[in-house]
Formats: sequence, structure tokens, C-alpha cells
Amino acid sequence: MTKPAFRLLEIEHLSKEFDLDGARIQALRDVNLFINKGEFICLIGASGCGKSTLLRIVAGFETATSGSAKVRGKAVMEPGPDRGMVFQDYALFPWLSVRDNIAFGPVERGVERAEIREKVEKFIDVVGLRKFAGAYPHQLSGGMKQRVAIARVLANDADIVLMDEPFGALDALTRERLQEELLDIWQRTGLTVIFVTHSIEEAIFLADRVVVMTPGPGKIESDNPIDLPRPRDVSSPEFNDLRRMLGAKLHSHHGRRAA
Amino acid sequence: MKENVASIAAPATIETRPAATTTPGFLIRTRPALLALVVPVVFIVFWQLAVVYGHSRLIPPPSEVAVMMWDFAFGGIWDDAFSRTLHLHLLMSMSRVYGGFLLACAAGIPLGLLIGRVRLIRQLLDPVLQILRPIPVTAWLPLSMIIFGLGGTSAFSLVFLGAFYPVLLNTIFGVRNVDPKLFEAAAMLGCKGSSIFRRVVLPAALPSIFTGLRLGLGFAWVVIVVGEMTGVPQGLGAVIMDARTLSRTDLVICGMIVIGIAGFLSDKAITWLNRRLLRWNPQHT
Repeated sequence: MTKPAFRLLEIEHLSKEFDLDGARIQALRDVNLFINKGEFICLIGASGCGKSTLLRIVAGFETATSGSAKVRGKAVMEPGPDRGMVFQDYALFPWLSVRDNIAFGPVERGVERAEIREKVEKFIDVVGLRKFAGAYPHQLSGGMKQRVAIARVLANDADIVLMDEPFGALDALTRERLQEELLDIWQRTGLTVIFVTHSIEEAIFLADRVVVMTPGPGKIESDNPIDLPRPRDVSSPEFNDLRRMLGAKLHSHHGRRAA
Repeated sequence: MKENVASIAAPATIETRPAATTTPGFLIRTRPALLALVVPVVFIVFWQLAVVYGHSRLIPPPSEVAVMMWDFAFGGIWDDAFSRTLHLHLLMSMSRVYGGFLLACAAGIPLGLLIGRVRLIRQLLDPVLQILRPIPVTAWLPLSMIIFGLGGTSAFSLVFLGAFYPVLLNTIFGVRNVDPKLFEAAAMLGCKGSSIFRRVVLPAALPSIFTGLRLGLGFAWVVIVVGEMTGVPQGLGAVIMDARTLSRTDLVICGMIVIGIAGFLSDKAITWLNRRLLRWNPQHT
């Protein structure tokens, strides 16, 4: 807890409305969230609570109807290399090898050739894909593809990594491995991570803070610091207490809506 | 499919290297070629028997066609106007097929990229193209003869038309069907403007463009006979037409066979290129 408290991301009074078949749908209402540099934040909530929409607004893929999202004090207007996104379905470029996928961002920004090579090789090692550096995406397993997607973002010097249920499509064993690897990378690099998930356990295992969101309209229900020491033991009583507490918060709106 | 066979065959040949010609490894390797020959051989035998025992004077037996083919290619048998002219007609047809095809690519690919990418151009051109597309190439023949006159240009323009639509439509399809996620991925990596076109749209559309090239080249060979009906002196289509008026059915069949083989080899070449350039594509042909 000795991280410098630099406010990297500020989300203030942010609302988002969609038009759906003529009807006005409020996806997010008055969301306020501040994230410090180096923090690992999990956004958690039932489907339809707007957690992915919030992430996409921070990424610059969608614009807020009102309110603002600011990175380093500057309002987000469009996607940019400072905010790297890891998609659930990988979105790798199928015509590029692992190596060239990772090099995509640096090549685009005109980084010097030797530096690109050095960077790419470094992150291939970071995600443990040395043997598959020349392979194409269709030759990789889901876990490997997601490793490439992570390395691609890291090699582009993103300082905020946005992850939209990145491990949702993976089997349980691979998911656990990748969670640990991600924590390891996060601790070594000082990244800021915003991680969307619907798994309470995943959120408690990973996050400094778990932000619970509720739907109809999407808003932040609570912001919960997780003070368990790392590495976290998923079977410890403290972990279970948190799981129960967050579970109750997550389901609280169900009762209200049924009434 | 070819690759499956290759991967099965590879270990077998290693184990049985000393007597390769008599082992199952050899059989497995040559099996596709042997199987491909079964139907033609049976057909030729049937054809010969049918002509000989059916006493038909209308269709020559394959043996006569083979003699004609030899004369057509090397001469020394009939020594008439067609002897030893195969290469001339073939080259002329090939120049029209490939010329028309390359022109169709030069027009169809850039236009397809623009129509697929730029809304305004799509709205301007798409309705017109949708109406022109169903008109068969043969229907253009009279008009093409009026515009270009009798001769090579007319044939060339028909081949161009035949190849143009498959190339154009498949290019548009490829551009329109780029996975939207890839645009987001590129954008968040800092890719924008014309760079998106070069680094995302073009490579993503390439498999579909290749499908268009393959169909277009195939079509160019289909159209060549019609194109060369417009009164050109040389070309395989012209040979078939002249032979028909002279009732030289054996020569007609020779022309058909040459077109078939040339079209087949063309397709093989483009498939080979496809395989080399699109190794990344899981469903490459």
C-alpha cells in the first residue's frame, strides 16, 4: 500500500444512453470513479450493468452522453496507445505471426527497428511464448492467444490496461495460470489495470479494489478495497468472508427489482 | 486435403526407403493421381467402343482425336492450315485471357476496395453494378462488336467483363466483412487513417480477393471461346468455330481439351500463389 497516489484516471458524473428501437436505454447513470496509477481494479456485476460499456468509454470506442472520463487530466476523445485493450475474443490479427502481432503497435508508432525487435523479444519471454514466436494465431490455444493479446498491449507501452472478461472463454486451469501470470506482470511493471469480470472469486483474487456495479440503469453500487496479502489464498476464511460480502452486494438489486 | 495425404505419406516413405517403388508408401503417394485418372480412362475406353460399335460418323473416336492433336501440335500428318499451329492459337488466347484478367484485376480490386470502404462511392456505384451484374457476358457480344468492331479488342473486352465481376464483388465482400473487433484492436494500438487501410483492411480482405481472382480467371477461360467468336483469325475459340464450320469435329474436341488443360493449369498456379501468400489462413485452399 505504498504506491504513489497519482490519479491516472478520473471518471466524473458519467452517463451513457443508447437508442434501442426508438426506446431510450440508460446504460450508465452518474458513474464516479477514480483510479490511481498502479492500481488493479476489478469491475464486477451482472450482465447489463454497464461494466463493459464503462470500459469501452475509457478505451475511447464509445463516447459518454454526459460527464467525462479523463486520463492524466485529459478527456478521452478516441482510442489511443496509452490505453491498451485486451478483448475476450483476443482480436489478434490472423495474418500476423505472434511476433508481428506484438510488434504491431510499435511499428505503427514508428519506433526504431532494433528497439522494436528488442521489445518484442522481451515480451515474448514475459508471456512465455518463445517456442511459438513464429506461429500464426490459428495455430495457438485460447490461453496462448490471450497471452499474445496481453504482450501486444504491453509492448506498446500502454500504461492503462483495459481487460474485458479476458479469461472468460478459457478453461478453469488455464484461467488460473493466466491470473497468476497477469498478477506477476502487473507487480513487475507497475501497470494500471481495469479488469471487467463477472466472477467474484476472480475479482477478489486479483484486485486492489473491487467495484460492484448494478444494472437498470448501470451504476456503481460500492467500491471495496481488498486488503488481503498477496499471493491470496482462495480457500482462506478471509477470502470466503469477502466472497460472501460481495455476493450479497451483487445480488442486492434483485430483491428490489422483484418487489 | 492434399496436405493430409502428404502428412500420412511422409513417415511411411522414411521407413521404407530402400524399395520405395513397391511399398505402400509409394501407393499412398500416387493414389490421388491414380484415382484422378480412373474416370477419364474409363470414359475414353467407353467413347472408343461406342464410336466403333455404334457406327457413328458424327463423332470421331478418341484415337482420331489423338492423331489430330498431334498434327495440331507438331504437324507432319495432315499438313493443312491447322497443322502445327497449336502454340500460336494458345498464345493468342492466353494473351487475351491474361490480358483481360489483369485488366479486370487492375480495375476490379481498387474499385472494390473503394466501394467497400467509402460509403459515398458505394451509394453511387452499388445500384448500377447490381443491375449490370446479372447481364450475361454473351449478351454483351453484339454491343461489344458494335463498339470495338470485329476482332481482338472485342474478345479482349468480353474476357475483361467476364473476369471483372467476380474480382470486384469478392473484393467488396472481403472489405465489408473485416471483423469489426480488428478495427478496435488496431485503433487501441494507435493505428488510424490510411494506415488502417494498409495494415488491417487489405490483409483481412486478401483471402476473399484471392477467391475473386480464382473465379475471375476461371471465368476468363470460359468466356474466351465466346470472345473469339467475334471473327478473330487466331485463338482457341476461333479454331473451334472454324473447325465447326468445316465439320472438323476432331479439331473441335482438340480445342476443347487444350482450353480445359490451360484453364486447369491457370487455376493451379493461382492456388499455389494463394497457398504461399496466405499461409496464415486456417482455411486456405
